Amino acid sequence: MTTSTPTLTKTPRPGRSGGAPRESRLSRSAAMVIMGAFTLYFLLPIWWLLVSSTKTLGNFNSTFSLWFIPTSLADAGDNIVKLFTYNEGVFPRWMLNSIVYATVAGGIGTILAAMCGYALSKYQFRGRELIFNTVLGGVLVPATALALPLFLIFSQMQLTNTFWAVFLPSLVSPFGVYLSRIYAASSVPDEIIEAARIDGSGEIRTFFTVAVRLMSPALVTIFLFQFVSIWNNFFLPLVMLRDQTLFPVTLGLYTWNSQVSQIPDIRTLVIVGALVSIVPLLVAFLSLQRFWRNGLGAGGLK
Amino acid sequence: MSTSTLPAAAAAAGARPAKTPRPTRGKLRNKRAVAILILPFGLLFAAFYLFPVIYAVVESLQVIKREGTFGIPHLEFGGLTQYVLVFQNTEFWASIARVLAFGVVQVPIMLGLALLFALLLDSPLVKGKKFFRLAFFAPYAVPGVIAAIMWGYLYSPSLSPFQFVTSQVNLLDGGTVLWAVANVVTWVYVGYNMLIIYSALLAIPAELYEAARLDGASQMRIAWSIKIPLVMPAIVLTAVFSVIGTLQLITEPQVFKQFTSSITSTFTPNLLVYTTAAVPNLNLAAAFSVVLAIATFILSFAVLRLTQRRVAL
Repeated sequence: MTTSTPTLTKTPRPGRSGGAPRESRLSRSAAMVIMGAFTLYFLLPIWWLLVSSTKTLGNFNSTFSLWFIPTSLADAGDNIVKLFTYNEGVFPRWMLNSIVYATVAGGIGTILAAMCGYALSKYQFRGRELIFNTVLGGVLVPATALALPLFLIFSQMQLTNTFWAVFLPSLVSPFGVYLSRIYAASSVPDEIIEAARIDGSGEIRTFFTVAVRLMSPALVTIFLFQFVSIWNNFFLPLVMLRDQTLFPVTLGLYTWNSQVSQIPDIRTLVIVGALVSIVPLLVAFLSLQRFWRNGLGAGGLK
Repeated sequence: MSTSTLPAAAAAAGARPAKTPRPTRGKLRNKRAVAILILPFGLLFAAFYLFPVIYAVVESLQVIKREGTFGIPHLEFGGLTQYVLVFQNTEFWASIARVLAFGVVQVPIMLGLALLFALLLDSPLVKGKKFFRLAFFAPYAVPGVIAAIMWGYLYSPSLSPFQFVTSQVNLLDGGTVLWAVANVVTWVYVGYNMLIIYSALLAIPAELYEAARLDGASQMRIAWSIKIPLVMPAIVLTAVFSVIGTLQLITEPQVFKQFTSSITSTFTPNLLVYTTAAVPNLNLAAAFSVVLAIATFILSFAVLRLTQRRVAL
C-alpha cells in the first residue's frame, strides 16, 4: 500500500465532529445529493407500481400516475379481488407454485449443497479437487444455456409440462456448494468434529447435529440465494411448461401481459399482480438483510 | 479473512486447506460418510448440469438427412456441420455484437455506480446509511420479468408518468431499445453489486485508515489508494457475474417484445437459440448454445485475468 506520496495534503481531521473543514461540508452535501437523486431512481418505479395498483383501467390513463386519487382505496380493493378471482383464481395458484418451487426446491437444494460443501471441506479423499473444480465450473455455466438441452432430455422422458420439469433442475446449486465449502472451513472447527467422533457420534450424525447448527447462518444465506434465483427463473419454465396451472408467477404475469392488446382489462391485473408478487420478496429481503451482507461478504472475499 | 486474494486464487487455495490429520482407523468409515454426503448433490449435478452439457454437444454434432425430397428424415453424425452454420450465421454475429456493445457500456456503468455508492456508504460523508442501503437494494427483490414489465410501461409514450420525455423520444425505438434494456438491468443489479462491494469494505480493518489519515490523506485519497485496491477481489467477482449475465440476456428483451417491435426474435444470442429451437432446428440450436457457453467461459476467464493483473500492479 503506497500512501507515501499524498498529493492532497490536508490537515488531519481528528474526529468527525470537531469543526469539519469547508471542503468537507461541500463534499458532504454533494454526497447527499447523489444519494438522494439515486434514491428517487431506485424507488420511483416501485412507487409508480404501488400507485398504479390503486387505479381502475380508465383512471390508469387519465390521472397522474404518481399520486393517489380519492377513490384509490376502494379501487385498490376491487383490483385485488379481481386479481384473485380472475380465470378461476389462477393468480393465487401461480403465487403458490412460485412459493413451492422456491421454498421446497431451495430448501432441499440448500441441504444437499451444504452436505457436499461440508464433505469437500472436511474430508481428504481422492478426486476431491476434481469434484470441486467441476462444481466450480458449474457456477460459470449459465442456467439459460442448460434450459434447451434440459428440455430435450425431459421430453424424451415425457416429463416436460410437469411440476418436476421445473422442480428437479432447481434443486442443484453449484454456487451453494462453493459457499458451503467456504463456510464449513471457517465456522466448523476440526476439533469439534474430532470431539464428536470421540463421543461415538457417526460422521453423518455429526454433520446433521453439530455442523448444521454451526453453519446455520450461512445456510440461511445459501437458501436466500437459491430462493431468489428460483423465484426469478423465467427461461426454464417458459421452455418447459404449457399448462398454466403449473406456471410460476413470473411466467403467469408474462403471459397475461402478452394478452393486453386483446383484453385491455387485463392490464390492471398485470400491474396489481406485479405488485402483489414482489411484496413477499421485499419483506423477506429487507428483514433478512443481515444474512445477505454476511453471505455476500464471504462469497466476495474468501 | 484475507482481502488480498482473488476468488479464483482463493478457490485454488481453498482446494487445499490446512491439512486435517485423521486417525487411520476411521478411514473406511469416512469413505462411506463422504459418499453419503456428496452423492445426493453429485447425482443431481450430473443429471441436470453435466448430462445436459454432454447432450447438447452430441446434439450439435448431428444433422438431419433425408432419402430424396420426401424421404423420412433421420439423424446422422455430421461432424462440425452445425458449427460451420453457426459461424456463417450473420444474425448470430449481430446478436453477439449487440450484447458485447451492451456489456462494454452497461457493466462499467453498473459496477462504477455500485462502487461509488459502496464507497459513499463506507465514508463519513453520508448520513442515513441504513435507509440508503435498503432503498438501493430494494430493486433486486423485483424479478427480471416484473422489472421489465414495469419499465415497459414507464417507457411507454402514452402511459408513462414521464410523458414529457417519452412522448418526445421513443425509448423503445430500434436505436435506443438496447439501452432501455440496459437501464432495466442496471436498475435491478446496482444495489446487489453495491452490497457485495460494501461488505468487502466493511471487512477492511480500521487501523489501515488511521495511518493514512495521520499522514494527511483525504477521504478521496483513502478511497483511491487503500479501499479500491483492497476490494478489487469483490469487484472482480461482480464483474465476472455481470459478464455471464450480459451474454445470457433474454428475460428483459423477451418481455420488451410485448411492448415494441424493435426487438427481433434474434435480438440476443439466447433469443436466437430459443427461436431456432422453436423452428424446430434443435441441432443448430444446440450448436448455438455450445458456442455461447464456451464464449461465456472464455470471457469470464478473460475478465478474471485482466483484473488480476491490475491488482498485481
